[in-house]
Amino acid sequence: MKDKLFKILLFASAVIILLLTAGIVYALVGKSLDVFQEYGVWGFLSNAEWDPRSATEEYGAFSFVIGTLYTSFFALLLCVPFSLPVALFNGEYFKGKKISSFVSSVVDLLAGIPSIVYGLWGFYTLRPLVIELGVNAQGFGIFLSSIVLAVMIIPYASSLSTEFLSMVPNNLKEGAYSLGATQIEVIQHISLPMASSGIVASYILALGRALGETMAVTMLIGNTNNIPSGLRDTGNTMASIIANQFGEADGLKLSALIAIGLLLFVITAIINFIAKLVMKKLAAV
Amino acid sequence: MENIKETNGAQPILQLKNVSISYTPGKKAVDNVSADIYPNTITAIMGPSGCGKSTLLRGINRMHDLYPNVKTTGEIYLKGRNVLTMNAMEVRRMAGMVFQQPNPFPTMSIYDNVLAGYSLNGIRLGKKEKDEIVRESLQSVALWDEVKDVMNKRGSFLSGGQQQRLCIARTLALKPEVLLMDEPTSALDPISTNKIEELLLGLKRQFTIIIVTHNMSQAARISDNSMFMFLGELIEYNNTTQMFTKPQHKKTEEYLTGVFG
Amino acid sequence: MMDRQSTETSYKYRTGKNKLMFVLVCLFSFLSMIPLFLILWDVVSKGYKNFNLRLFTEVAPSSMDAMLAKVNGDAIPGGILNGITGTILIVGIAIIITIPLGLFIGIYLSEHAGSRFAKVVSYLTDLLQGIPSIVIGIIAYSWVVKPLGGYSALAGSVALTMMMIPMVVRSTEETLKMLPLSYKEAGLALGSSYTNVVFKILLPSGFGGIFTGILLAISRVMGETAPLMLTALGATVVNWNVLEPTSAIPLLIWDFYNDPNLIDLIWSSSLLLLIVIFLLNWIAKIVARKWKI
Repeated sequence: MKDKLFKILLFASAVIILLLTAGIVYALVGKSLDVFQEYGVWGFLSNAEWDPRSATEEYGAFSFVIGTLYTSFFALLLCVPFSLPVALFNGEYFKGKKISSFVSSVVDLLAGIPSIVYGLWGFYTLRPLVIELGVNAQGFGIFLSSIVLAVMIIPYASSLSTEFLSMVPNNLKEGAYSLGATQIEVIQHISLPMASSGIVASYILALGRALGETMAVTMLIGNTNNIPSGLRDTGNTMASIIANQFGEADGLKLSALIAIGLLLFVITAIINFIAKLVMKKLAAV
Repeated sequence: MENIKETNGAQPILQLKNVSISYTPGKKAVDNVSADIYPNTITAIMGPSGCGKSTLLRGINRMHDLYPNVKTTGEIYLKGRNVLTMNAMEVRRMAGMVFQQPNPFPTMSIYDNVLAGYSLNGIRLGKKEKDEIVRESLQSVALWDEVKDVMNKRGSFLSGGQQQRLCIARTLALKPEVLLMDEPTSALDPISTNKIEELLLGLKRQFTIIIVTHNMSQAARISDNSMFMFLGELIEYNNTTQMFTKPQHKKTEEYLTGVFG
Repeated sequence: MMDRQSTETSYKYRTGKNKLMFVLVCLFSFLSMIPLFLILWDVVSKGYKNFNLRLFTEVAPSSMDAMLAKVNGDAIPGGILNGITGTILIVGIAIIITIPLGLFIGIYLSEHAGSRFAKVVSYLTDLLQGIPSIVIGIIAYSWVVKPLGGYSALAGSVALTMMMIPMVVRSTEETLKMLPLSYKEAGLALGSSYTNVVFKILLPSGFGGIFTGILLAISRVMGETAPLMLTALGATVVNWNVLEPTSAIPLLIWDFYNDPNLIDLIWSSSLLLLIVIFLLNWIAKIVARKWKI
C-alpha cells in the first residue's frame, strides 16, 4: 500500500516535468500571439525596426537576432583557442595528474562566477582596455561583450571536451605510438578524430550558453536597437533587450519581448537537440 | 644466464645486454636480462603472469617512454644501434608492435589503417605506391581476398581475427626489422589463432619475430627459440625443442609440467 | 621512397613540432585560468574596504544618504541586509520545493531507465536545463507575477526552482545509477518495502553525489540576476513576506551599478556573493570526496 503510493508519487513527480514544459510553451506562445497577429511570425522576425514610442510603435526582432548571433559566434571563436588547449591539457597531456585536477577546478570556478560579476569586470577592467585599443570611443559593444562571453563559456566547452578526450582508449594511442608517431601526431590523427563528435557537441552546448547569457551582455553591449554593423558597433541581443525593457513594458511591447523570449527558447531547444544528435553519432562509432 | 649459440653464422639482429626495467624505484619488473636474437627466427617469451615478459617486450621499442615513472637500464642493440639512445620514433618504426587486443583505428577505413604508419609519420605517398603497399601488406597477412572489396569500410567492422591481422598488416606496411607481438592471439578464437600462427611461420622468412605468449603449446608449435622468464629474470633461453624436451633449470621444468603458471 | 637524410631532418622537425605544441597547449591552458584570478583580484581589492559588519546589519542606503555621505567624505552608510535576507528567503523557498521534486524525479528516472516515458522526461529535463535564465524569468512572471498581480519573492523562487530542478534531477539520477544493483536487491530480498529500500538504502548510499548536486545547484542560482529582475523585483526594506517584492544580493548589485552614488557598494556585495558561491563549491567538493560511492 505504502509502496504503491510512493510509486505513484514518483511517477507524479516525473509528470511534473511534462507539465512544466507544457506550461512554459503555453506561457510563451500564448503571450506572443498578439505580436504575431499584428506582424505575422516572419514579419516580426525579419523586421529590424524596434520603436517603442507610442505614436510610431513598431516592433521587430531582427536586430537582436543578428546581435545575438554576432556576439555568440564571435565569443565561440574566441573561446576555442583557450578551451581546446585546456581540454588537451586535462584530457590528454596531464590526464589523471594532480596538475590537471588543479587546472580543471580553476577553470570550473569560472562557471561559478555570476553573470553580473562578469559584467562588472567587463565594465571596469576590460572596457578601459578596449577603449585603449581604439575599438570604439565608449568601449561598449559587440567586441567587449564577446570577449567576456568567451571567458564565460570556456568552462562549458572545455569540461565536456576533456571528458570525451579522456575516453579515447589507451590501446589505440599505444598502437599509434608503436608506429612511430609523436604525441601531437597521436592527438591529430587518433584522439581528436575519435573525440570529434563529443568536442563538436560541447561547443554547440557552449554556443547555447552564450546565446542566452543576459546580465553581462546587457551591461556591456551598449543597448542600441540597431543591426550591429560590425564588431566595433553597439547593439542588443535577444536576452539583453528583454532584460532592459521588460520592466516598463506592457501591451504590444510586452508581447514582443515575450515573443523574443519564445524565440530564444526555441533556438536553445534546437541547439540542445543538435548537440544530442551529434553525441548519439559518437556512441555509434 | 645462457645464450643460444648463433645459428648458421648469422649475426644477432637484436641484442639485450643487462636490461632492467622498473615501474617503481627499487622494484625490478625485468631484472638484468641479456640475450641475443637472430634474424628470421621466431622467439617465444613465456612465463607466468607478472614475470615481466610483456614489460621486456615493450622495452624493446621504447613503449615505456610513454609512462615517465618507468625506468629502463642496460643496453639494447637493434642492428647494432643502441635503441635506448636512438630517436624513439625511429626505434618504433624499426620494431613494430602488435598488441593483445586488436586495435585498428576506428576512425579510419581499412585502407587507411594499413597506411596509418605512413600518415602518422607524416610520409606522403603517391596513389600507386599506396595501393601497392596496401595490397602487399594485406596479402602477407592473408586478408587481401577478404577485404579487397570493402577497403573503405571502417576497420572496426571486421571480426576479431581479421582485426588482428589488419593490425599486423599495419605494422608490416612500415617494413620493420623486428616484429614484437604481445600475446597477439589471447583475445581470439582457436580458428583465428591458428590462422595467425600459420601466418607467422611464413612471415619469419622476411622478418624477425618475438612473441610473448602464456600458451606453452603455441610456443612449441611456432617458435624456433624460447625464453622462460620468472620474477623478472630470464631463467632459460634455448632452442625450443631442447627447452621442451630437456629443460636445463628446475623452474623451467616445473613451469612446463604445469606445477605453476 | 625516402632517403636516410630526409628522414633524419623530418624526425627533428616532428620532434620540434611536438614540443612546440606541448608548450602552446600549456601556455594557453594557463592563460585560460588568468581571468579567474583577475576577477577575484578586482573584487577583493576593491571590495574589502566596505566589507564590514554594516554590510550584514543594515539595509541598502538611499541614493540621497549615500551622496551626502560622499560629499562629507564619509563612508557610504548602510549595507545589504535586505539583499541577504531576500536571497535567503528566495533561495530557501526554491530549495524547499526543489529537493523533494528533484529527488523524486531523479529516483524515477534511475529506476525506469530505458522506458519510453522516462526517456521523454529525461530529454525534457535537458531541455529545461538549457533554457536561458532570462526566459525562465519571463515564464515565472507570467505564471506567478501576472496572476497574483504583483512581484514577489515567491515568483523569484519559482524561477530559481525551475533552474535548480534539472541540475538536481541529473545528479540524483546519475548517482543512483552508479549504485550497484545488489544494494537494491539485497534490501528487497530481506523483505524490506520498496519505499524503505529507497529511503534507507539507495538515498543514504548515494548521499554524497546527491548532496553535491544540490549544493552546486544552489551555488549556480545564488548569483542569478536576470530572472529575479522579472519576478522578485527588489525592495529597500527587509522583507519576509513571500508575496511581497523582495531584494536579493545580485539585485542590489544591479541597483548599485545603476546608481553613481552607490557604486562603491558593488564590490563588497560581489565579494560576499563570491565568497558564498565558492564556499558552496568547496563544500560540495569535500562532500563528493568524503562520501564517494
